[in-house]
Order: sequence, then C-alpha cells, then structure tokens
Amino acid sequence: MQRMNIANKDFQDKVLADEGLTFSEKILSLKRSDEPGKVANANEIMVAKVDLSMAHDGTAPLAIKVLNELGIKNVWDSSKVILHIDHTYPSSSEQIANFHSIMRKFAKAQGCHIQEGNICHQYMIEKFVVPGMLIIGADSHTNTQGCLGAFATGMGSTEIAAIWAGGKIWLKVPESIKVIFNGSLPKGVYAKDLILFTIGKISCEGANYKTIEFTGSVIKEFSIDSRATLCNMTTEAGAKAGIVEMDNVTKEYLMALGREPMLEVHAGKEAIYDKVLEEDVEQMEPYVALPNSVDNVKPVREVEGIPIDQAFLGSCTNARPEDLMIAARMLKGRKVKEGVRLIVTPASKSVYKFALRNEIANILMEAGAFITSPTCGACVGTHCGVLGAGEVCISSSNRNFIGRMGSTESKVYLASPATVIASAIKGKIADPRDYLR
Amino acid sequence: MIGRVWKFSDNIDTDVIIPYKYKARSIDPKELAEHCMEGIDPEFSKKVKKGDFIVAGRNFGCGSSREQAPVAIKACGISAVIAESFARIFYRNAINIGLPAIVCKGISKETNEGDLIELDLKEGTVKNLSNGKVIKINKQPDFLERMLEVGGLIEYYKKFGKFPWE
Repeated sequence: MQRMNIANKDFQDKVLADEGLTFSEKILSLKRSDEPGKVANANEIMVAKVDLSMAHDGTAPLAIKVLNELGIKNVWDSSKVILHIDHTYPSSSEQIANFHSIMRKFAKAQGCHIQEGNICHQYMIEKFVVPGMLIIGADSHTNTQGCLGAFATGMGSTEIAAIWAGGKIWLKVPESIKVIFNGSLPKGVYAKDLILFTIGKISCEGANYKTIEFTGSVIKEFSIDSRATLCNMTTEAGAKAGIVEMDNVTKEYLMALGREPMLEVHAGKEAIYDKVLEEDVEQMEPYVALPNSVDNVKPVREVEGIPIDQAFLGSCTNARPEDLMIAARMLKGRKVKEGVRLIVTPASKSVYKFALRNEIANILMEAGAFITSPTCGACVGTHCGVLGAGEVCISSSNRNFIGRMGSTESKVYLASPATVIASAIKGKIADPRDYLR
Repeated sequence: MIGRVWKFSDNIDTDVIIPYKYKARSIDPKELAEHCMEGIDPEFSKKVKKGDFIVAGRNFGCGSSREQAPVAIKACGISAVIAESFARIFYRNAINIGLPAIVCKGISKETNEGDLIELDLKEGTVKNLSNGKVIKINKQPDFLERMLEVGGLIEYYKKFGKFPWE
C-alpha cells in the first residue's frame, strides 16, 4: 500500500506540473479510476471517481426511483450525496410536496445532507465546493461550481443514481476553450455582460462538449460572485464545464469559510486549446439576450425602450451579495415604475440575511421591489413570478427559451442585474449607465 | 426500424420538449408524453404514431438536464431521435433511458416532414424510403451501443449486475 501511495503522489505531481495539459485533462487524469496513473487526454473516454454529487427537487425524485429500480439499498458514500429542495420551495402544490417528502425520507434513511430553501449551486459554493473536486450534479448549471477551481458538470437523474450506487461515472475528456478578458471594465459592464457577449460571439452551441477556462486580468479582479456568473452561463454555450482556476481570491474566500483546497490545478502553459478568445473588455458595453435564444445578443442601447411587465433579479446566475448591492445602489431614493413588478429572489438564505443586515432589503422594498424567499421559481416558471401570455420580462437569469418562465406567449430578455434594475425604474428596457451613480 | 419523420429545427431546447411545470409535478412517462413538444406544437403527442422518428438539426435537447425530456419523447412513441448534433446532457440521458440518439450529418437536408425512413443501427445507416437517399450515421462508442441494445442503463444493470463502465 505504501508503494501505491508513493506512485500515486508521483503521478499527481507529474500531472500537476505538466505544461502540455489543460485544466480538464489534469483534473480528470487525477480522478481516473479505469486506468489509474494514465493521463486522460482530450476526447478520450474514461471513468472517474466522483468527489461530490447532488440533485434537487426537479431531478432527485426520479434518481431515487431509479436507485430503487436498480435494487440498490445504500448510496456509495452518504457524505458525498447532497440533496437540495430549491426548484419549487416552499412547495406550490400537493404533488410537489409529495416529491419533497420522498427526498426528505430518502436523505434521512441514507444519512446524506439535505437542505431546503437555498438555490443548489449557491449553497454548494457556500458549503462544500473546494478547488480540485470533481462534482457531478443532476442540474445543467452545475458548471457554476467551477468558479472555485473545481470541475463541475451536469448529468441526468439516471446517471446520478448510478453515481450514488458506485461513486463512478464515464466521461469524455473535453477539449477546452480559453477565454481571456483583459483591460479595465467600463462603467455599467459586469460579468454577465462579458458572458453574454461571449455566447453571442460563439453561439449557444459554440462550446458544446467543451470546457471554457476563464483567465486574464479582469478575472483576477473578479469576486467569486462574478466568477460564478461566468461559469454558470457556460452551460448556455453547451459547455461541459466552466473553470476559473484557484488564486488568491479563491483562497481568501475559502479561508473565511474554513475550507481547504483538495488540489490546486492550473492549466499548462503549452496546453492545446480548441479555441482561444482574447477580449479587450474596454470595448464592451451592457448587453441583452433577446427572445428566444441566449445567443441573440445585442447592446442594450439598441433595444432600449421595449416596455416590460416584470423585472426579475434572481436565479443561480445573478442573485448573490454583489448583485443585490448593485440593485440597492441603483434603487436608493428611486422607485420601480408603476405597473412594473420587480421580483428579487436572493440565491440563498445567507444572501438573504446579507441583504437584511446591510439595509439592502429595506432599500429594495422602499423602492417597490417584492422579495421572495430563495428558490429557482421564476427562472423555471414554476412559481414566484410565472409569466402570463403576452408578458415581457427582463431577467438576470440564464435562459429565455419559449415558455421558460411561463406562457409560451411571454418574452424573456436576459441581462445583468444593473440592466434589470435600470429597466425596472424606467418601465422599459434601459441602459444601466444612465442610472449608476 | 421504419417510421415517419417529424422534423424540427436547430437548438430545440428541453423547455420546449417538456416545460418545467409538468415535470415538476410528475415523473409518470404517460403524463409527460401528453405535453411533449408543447412549446412548438401543442398537438404533437396526439399526432405521433408509435415507431415515428424525430429528425432535427443541430444541438437537439439543449438546456436543462431534465431526463423527463427524452422520457416524454420515448413515451410518445418516438423510436429514435436522429439529429445533426445533440446537446451533451440530452445525448447521455436519451441513451440511458433507452431512446436512441443518433448523430447523422446531413439528415435534415435529406429528409422532409412525413418521409418514411429506415434506421439500421447494425448497418449504421438511415435510408430515406421516400427519396431513396442513404446516409451514414456516426458510430457510437461500443459501450453505449451495448447499453442501447438492452434498452438503457437500468436494464443493463439488471441484466449484467454492473454498469457498462465497470
């Protein structure tokens, strides 16, 4: 055993120091279980050991059913299975309440962690994710968790059940795209604008099956909140994962929460990329994705004036402390336009408490915002802000597909929190630069 | 497998295939099937006959990880989805639940709605019986083919007592 460990350590050191490998190749090489000690190169199919797995009330009930059908009594490691009740929380119907009950019973019987009332990805970031983990979640936006230097990706319920059974899963090692953001960010431009711009450029399938690694001077300055927004939206370009490597910002964030990295992985300097995009952010401006596709991106100033019924500040994309602070700064002493609903859904209880502690909640409510408890509700059109026929919404969330937030005859425009708030004040899609003090 | 073609464009997302409001309250395939493709064609589930095919453009099944999307399609009676390309989670989900997701470059150009086509997984071809064109399909990794042959991941595990990657 002693010798195996030394061999493992040697392999780990060799992989981490290899200048020819991408972040994904390195991390997946080290998680490999089909041929331990063999480097996993892009496009190779391999089997990996999973460090953390998760599912929520939209996916866990089916995963639990599958696990039962497989005849598996116990999950492989109850400390690595996290359940979230977030998509429709608190439940909006009897059927959904029954699904929640199934999850609570399962978690109790298995001894695994279950939480209610925090959006899953934000909760994972706050409580569990550390650099160097391989995380598989039954949710497409699991990519979000790559903001802490982990490899995090989404799968469906049946595969999550298979992971719960044995702790392993097959993966095709993705090729990688490097996106470099340099320069200093102009006023009114945020992480959301950068990623909308990028998706507009590469299209909604532009990163299919690939990892997007974010780097550059702008990223180094970005908070974990902003990094989460970037990684979250990689899903909308079809990416398997979005990564911001561990750095001092990551270390400080983790230190404050008392967590240690598992592995510090950095892409090799000579790694081969499918594509490298280098963007000077000084040329950028606030953007909006027009219905019904996230790659239908235009500068806000080109679509200013479109009347809205609802402005939504929420979802796993943009409902963190930083986003709520922007909203409060803009809304202080102002009012939401009469006839427009501004719905604010903090991403977690901790974000909600932050808003209460710092007078943010007060400012938002004084301005006329309606604050809901944390849930995925409005973004997935299940409750707390479902759109009716003919309604128009500007949203800080991630998808504007037909019927995503409710009626198939509603329209969703995606934008940064600042653009959402500017539009709520004006009652029409508006440029946030006109409202920033 | 021989069946009629239902054609769809590029970037058909899972919110269109099965809206969240339905999947939130049910995991029953029959109930999900009733709302399949509702975002584009509310009558779709009524029009489909058992054995029909969905033929689509690029990036079919993009969006949410909901497995209920391929489940709804399969429960409608669709025997396979043949597309120029698939979004990654949909592709995995479809095969896991035993719905063939077939990558076939050029399929959207060579087929029209209502055409009769024959999918031959052994030969690796799609034959359009309405115009005589034969198109090659992309070969899948062997373990995925084995999984599809027995009807998906659950059936594979039941039959062999292990997962295909073990």
